[in-house]
Amino acid sequence: MKKQISILLLVLLCAFSSYSQDTLQEVKVQSKNKGLQKSSKIAANTTLLTSKELLKAACCNLAESFETNPSIDVNFSDALTGTKQIKMLGLTSPYLMITEENIPSVRGASQAYGLSFTPGTWVESIQITKGAGSVVNGYESISGQINTELLKPVNDIPFFLNAYGSTDSRFELNTHFNTKISDKWASSLFVHGNTRIAKNDMNDDGFLDNPLAKQINILNRWQYTDAQKGWVSFVNFRYMNDEKQTGETNFDPKKDRGTTNSWGSEINTERFNVSAKIGYVFPEMPYQSFGFQNAFDSHDQDSYFGLNRYNIKQNSYYSNLIFNSIIDNTMNKFATGLNFAYDKYQEFVNVNDYSRIDNSIGAFFEYTFDNNSNFSFIAGGRIDNHNRLGTFITPRLHIRYNPWGKGVLRASIGRGKRSANIFAENQPLFASSRAFDILDANGKIYGLDPEIAWNYGLSFNQGFSLFGKKADVGVDFYKTNFKNQVVVDLYTAPAIPGTHQVLFYNLNGKSYANSLQLDFNVELAKHFDLRTAYKYYDIQTDYLSGRSERPLQAKHRFFGYLGYETNLGEKGKQWKFDFTYNWIGEQKLPETASNPVGDRLPEYSPFYSLMNAQITRTFSSTFEVYLGGENIGNYKQEKVILGNENPFGSTFDASIVYAPIFGQMYYAGLRFKIK
Amino acid sequence: MKNLFLGIMLVVVALSTQAQEKKNKNAKHTIMVNGNCEQCQRRIQKAAFSVDGVKVANWSIETHKLDITINEEKTSVAEVKKAVAKVGHDAGEVIAAKADYDMLHSCCKYEREESNK
Repeated sequence: MKKQISILLLVLLCAFSSYSQDTLQEVKVQSKNKGLQKSSKIAANTTLLTSKELLKAACCNLAESFETNPSIDVNFSDALTGTKQIKMLGLTSPYLMITEENIPSVRGASQAYGLSFTPGTWVESIQITKGAGSVVNGYESISGQINTELLKPVNDIPFFLNAYGSTDSRFELNTHFNTKISDKWASSLFVHGNTRIAKNDMNDDGFLDNPLAKQINILNRWQYTDAQKGWVSFVNFRYMNDEKQTGETNFDPKKDRGTTNSWGSEINTERFNVSAKIGYVFPEMPYQSFGFQNAFDSHDQDSYFGLNRYNIKQNSYYSNLIFNSIIDNTMNKFATGLNFAYDKYQEFVNVNDYSRIDNSIGAFFEYTFDNNSNFSFIAGGRIDNHNRLGTFITPRLHIRYNPWGKGVLRASIGRGKRSANIFAENQPLFASSRAFDILDANGKIYGLDPEIAWNYGLSFNQGFSLFGKKADVGVDFYKTNFKNQVVVDLYTAPAIPGTHQVLFYNLNGKSYANSLQLDFNVELAKHFDLRTAYKYYDIQTDYLSGRSERPLQAKHRFFGYLGYETNLGEKGKQWKFDFTYNWIGEQKLPETASNPVGDRLPEYSPFYSLMNAQITRTFSSTFEVYLGGENIGNYKQEKVILGNENPFGSTFDASIVYAPIFGQMYYAGLRFKIK
Repeated sequence: MKNLFLGIMLVVVALSTQAQEKKNKNAKHTIMVNGNCEQCQRRIQKAAFSVDGVKVANWSIETHKLDITINEEKTSVAEVKKAVAKVGHDAGEVIAAKADYDMLHSCCKYEREESNK
């Protein structure tokens, strides 16, 4: 059986193609001179972030790549892991489908830290789709999709070096090597290392503000291209080892691990990944293609948080076969194919064993109509069979209409379904005295039922000219309605006073997330851009203790970005200035009223604002340096760790983080290229 | 398992041989079509697509070339030219009738050679 499968895969690998998701690829054809691109000709609400945009902030890894883009809210790093968390439409990353070159990447065990496992310099572009998204890659996405394209060996330069250092004592080194082996083969080798070597405790609470860290990340990719015959293929090998240590400043893992001498935590992750893609475009019929992609992934995390131990190992296999063609003519396109996914989890929470095997197989069909002028839609559906989620249908629809010049009206609707990995997704809660309590027992995932949600979206965008300057305004409204959700309850007061808990249970009642975004962008002068956005979130869930807004979610947010570039001088000499402003409104905090007075937090956090700025000096087309600051206003959360005096006591909680901990941070870096 | 394997192989073979029949199902042609702007582009492409058997139609504003891929079992280049001329655009040797030309929006009224007026 195994042998047959491998033979089958080998044969298929030699026979098929991968020009999948041409809806998204259409975006890329656009001019490359803007960092953020939004096409008025595509059906989905998709923004393309080019590598140029990624150079506008410190941007060390994928999690930090969204700072200058209003569609995604980036939260400051949490104390424990130093990882920035992202949200779209007010929902955290587990509700997004995050793919790398259309292969699901941040999922399951890697949900919490996965975005920090892709260095920013590897990224060629990122496509962000708000709302339901495409059915091609799976059924899991609820509030949106993020796809990252990595640098392609065929287009890459022979050598690239990036070095970075910051005042929070983080250092990074990125080196890229590329060779063209023949007219058909090219190969790239990316080596990334980052480390944080010094202990920082700016607020003198006895705890590190950000973890000590060490990461080595290596990617070797091979690309085969035979344009005449229509073949494209990629093979990737990747290895990553990531180590983090946090907790009390005097914590020594060798001596203090597993004791109550002092509180500390280590999170060690090792990943190995092999993926292969093969694509074939019929030479006589450029509109028709095959794609076949396969990925094997091994993720192994060993960690402890004080006396809490958490280990998870996930071995995954993902396969996707896609066929693209037309019906009658190129106004009617379709994509159809099969997905297969297998996940073997070995998961241990203290002494409890939650090991399991998940597998699913599904088929999809997506039809795209485009009248080549003012109207298009994408209608997709898929049917999947999953050993825990059952057999189910996922329909999704995106419509685009241009009522007049530069005006775009879009609507979308879609369903998503997923199993919540409650421990992996809520790891920061291990750094507290909370007892984990699952109240349901009859479901198939930790005793809980799958999460099911419908997402509805409506958006309008109008480009115009303001005093002769290019400008646009937009309004987006999205509603996510959960039919079932795994509720993470931090509000319900514990039965025994003085203890703390987090409850997990199936939604009983209503849960929804409404988000409204207003955008205004204008080119104030040549190379001088202003982007502004106001975002309103109304996110409510029925908890055991009644309906309430979700914790740690601001109702109001304001975003502003200013970017200026000088004219390109002799040999590519240039200055670039970028400034980002975020205003974050009050956020409801988890229940702490049962604590002694000194360890209580108010019901709502205060509002605050954050400012980042960067200056880039390009000396030539091959050498540039940059200097920047994050959180220049030096805003810091007042009390980060509850019960820091007694970390093994009942009030200890390091998981309630609503603002930066470290305060202002400055950094500098350089980029050197050999072309 | 074996059957699935054979099945997929058959699909591959069937699809890759599809293109090799006698009459060319994917015949590529280029027609010079007169026009000016984006609105013309939409009209020309729409007219071309209205002909059954036209799979691809791209008209370039810069070069005035209409690239088409047609299924020759169903239609011919002449049919496409006729359809394009019917909406007011001279297509190769097929000249649009004056009435059809006059129907064009003012920005689309491309300059015609004296002999075509």
